[in-house]
Amino acid sequence: MTAFLQKRAFASLISLMGLVVLVFFLSRLTGDPTTLYLPVDASLESREQFRELHGLNDPILVQFGRYVGDLVQFDFGMSIRRSAPAIDVVLQAFVWTLQLALITMTLVTVAAIVIGSIAAFHIGGVFDRIATFFSLIGASAPDFWIAIISIVIFSVGLGWLPTSGTGTVWHWILPIAVLFIRPFGLILQVVRGSMVSTLSSAYVKTARAKGLRNKPIIFVHALRNAMLPVITVIGDQAAALLNGAVVVETIFGFPGVGKLMIDSILQRDFTVVLAAIMVTAVAIFVMNILIDILYAVLDPRIRY
Amino acid sequence: MADHLLEVRNLSVDFHTAQGTVHAVRDVSWHLDRGETLAILGESGSGKSVSASAIMNLIDCPPGEIVSGELLFDGQDLLKMTDDQRRDLNGRRIAMIFQDPLSHLNPVYTVGFQIAEIMTAHGTPKDEARARALELMERVGIPNAADKIDSYPHEFSGGQRQRLMIAMALGMKPDILIADEPTTALDVTVQAQILDLLEELQAETQMGLLLITHDLGVVAEVADRVVVMNSGEIVETGTATQVYHNPTHPYTKQLIGAVPGTGEMAEPMDTAIKPILEINKMGKKYGAFTALQDASLTVLPGETVAIVGESGSGKSTLAKTLLRLEDATSGEALYQGRDLVTMDAAELFALRREIQMVFQDPTQSLNPRMSVYDIISEAFVIHPEILPKEKWTARVQELLEQVGLNASHMYRYPHQFSGGQRQRIAIARALALEPKLIVCDEAVSALDVSIQAQVITLLNRLQEELGLSYLFIAHDLPLVRDFAHRVVVMQGGRIVEQGPVAQIFDAPREIYTRNLLAASLHPDPEVQAARRAERLDLQEAV
Repeated sequence: MTAFLQKRAFASLISLMGLVVLVFFLSRLTGDPTTLYLPVDASLESREQFRELHGLNDPILVQFGRYVGDLVQFDFGMSIRRSAPAIDVVLQAFVWTLQLALITMTLVTVAAIVIGSIAAFHIGGVFDRIATFFSLIGASAPDFWIAIISIVIFSVGLGWLPTSGTGTVWHWILPIAVLFIRPFGLILQVVRGSMVSTLSSAYVKTARAKGLRNKPIIFVHALRNAMLPVITVIGDQAAALLNGAVVVETIFGFPGVGKLMIDSILQRDFTVVLAAIMVTAVAIFVMNILIDILYAVLDPRIRY
Repeated sequence: MADHLLEVRNLSVDFHTAQGTVHAVRDVSWHLDRGETLAILGESGSGKSVSASAIMNLIDCPPGEIVSGELLFDGQDLLKMTDDQRRDLNGRRIAMIFQDPLSHLNPVYTVGFQIAEIMTAHGTPKDEARARALELMERVGIPNAADKIDSYPHEFSGGQRQRLMIAMALGMKPDILIADEPTTALDVTVQAQILDLLEELQAETQMGLLLITHDLGVVAEVADRVVVMNSGEIVETGTATQVYHNPTHPYTKQLIGAVPGTGEMAEPMDTAIKPILEINKMGKKYGAFTALQDASLTVLPGETVAIVGESGSGKSTLAKTLLRLEDATSGEALYQGRDLVTMDAAELFALRREIQMVFQDPTQSLNPRMSVYDIISEAFVIHPEILPKEKWTARVQELLEQVGLNASHMYRYPHQFSGGQRQRIAIARALALEPKLIVCDEAVSALDVSIQAQVITLLNRLQEELGLSYLFIAHDLPLVRDFAHRVVVMQGGRIVEQGPVAQIFDAPREIYTRNLLAASLHPDPEVQAARRAERLDLQEAV
């Protein structure tokens, strides 16, 4: 297990290095920040000064070398726009995103597993049909549309919930509800499919012959075996949320990492873009390793 | 008080499928008493498991429907009980074990938990259940049970897993144990041990044992009475001896006639002929593990050489290294003087034509998305020098007729054929390349006895017509006895004994071979009783 973790950590590090190269050079292709930060009629000297100050005049490879050198010391540089260390800006936003993702995925996982398992047990029944119908709608509905419609109904129309921002518990409800729908639909389908096959497996037949009640048959014998493909999809969906739910965060004015990334790209605040990508990448690598560990915990036949 | 412990009266069960209604069992009646062993004998599709599934409430309705009948347990009709009442009987008073214990044990829970669970489900406190689980594991012969109680099913051998299933079933000291093909996937010596264990436990507890099997040998070994089923109906009932010696129904006669191991043994071939295949000291290692060591044997043209041995004996490794599906780590395999082990890719490609393989499970070895025509003619796509394209159709038809299939079915897909027919397709596919040597890896093991006999007859005919040599890998000794010229016995990666078939069966030298022969079951209960005594003697000798 330790050897496996070391190997995974090492592989992640290589990927991260690739990511640094890719993002650094791609972001430079988007144009010169001076045209954005300084007024249109700024003098050539002030432009020159700005470039000099932020090191934009050096050859690009020198800039890259300097950036990597700083990175090794966990110095992501200063945000051009916010005059604060880029990493602080990103971590602040990341905490918001992490909370949002954690709460949403916990709710999604519990709901999808319980409803999907019951639907699979009563396959073809009324409960199954209703669950399948709504999960398909959920998995296919575009989230920007749901976000806007829900603001129209619950904030503007009924006036129950705030339209955007943070502050109270009420502010969290709409973003979580909107983010919930798609992963819930998807994961429910995976749970249901996986449970249908484990419920028809030979060991479930044994459990029935032993005289077990339905509840242990479904939630002890079938579910744990059905979880492996489900965990893969949960990881996938959680990664999407950790990346920042760009659209939903923007619509609800939620100060998460997705909104920060979009803003920074538009502002050519490269240091922040890079720091944000690195932080989310590290988070996703960590999560994938956790999922691999979870596989081994759930299935004793998997040993690394 | 009821007449019998368990009585099935006029049971009829239908399955409603997309293709129409299947009458799985029709008007079936039998009974079982305390301390008695009843065998239900039948081939696949005979409905032999259906009445047991009905007793255990394991038939899903729909698609199943219990049309009529009564299932009287201690005089009470199970079919009139509520689901809760039946769940309470399951495991506590009627327990069941299955074929293939690996898939019937839950892979993600420890065996201790699974054995204890049958007791906790019926109200036994946790600690007590665990203590009893340990006791049961010891009773069924799991070595170091105390250390193994928290192990998972995949950490045990096949025979041990079946022992664990038995331990689980006995948790609540049931009145009836239903065993559905409990030894089918096991090696002969392990099969004998499991059947011995079941008999011992039955003597201890006086439970009624219902044994569902396709194997007349198993019936001869353990059954008091036997019910023979065919196409959902009971065709014959009686004691095991009666049914074997005086079968009245034509189906029973046919079934007994198809059992291998009673025919003439083949004469050895003239060894002066130059062998087609000569294997010298071939070996295969996987890391530190030696799967095959110093294997030497020869095959003559037109000869059938059988390789027998239990799982892990190295017989499949021998076939794989011979065909270069795996590379041998030492030794040589001379095919008509040319070494297969060191041959380069181009030469090997040309030679592959002459050595073909037929696998155990035609359901898996035939591509389900290719028609029979595509499967067979693919040989000509790969080796275009055999036949010009305009002759393919005619040749495929000819091959299908040669293996006894209807040539007009060549555009059908594998799933539209029965198991026996699929194996014929696999043989036709091998023949398409006009091979001289065919390696059959457990080629008839998955088939019913009567189908098995037909495929063996086919292989014999093809050998006569085409002069084929067979390297026939099998675990079923009676089958080998009727079919092979020479027999090679393997154990733990080594060849322990080889010789003409009569010598191996009538005068085996090695103790391992004698054990193997003593453990294989004979369909005649009287012969089997003698063999059983011999087996127990051998055990004591060891």
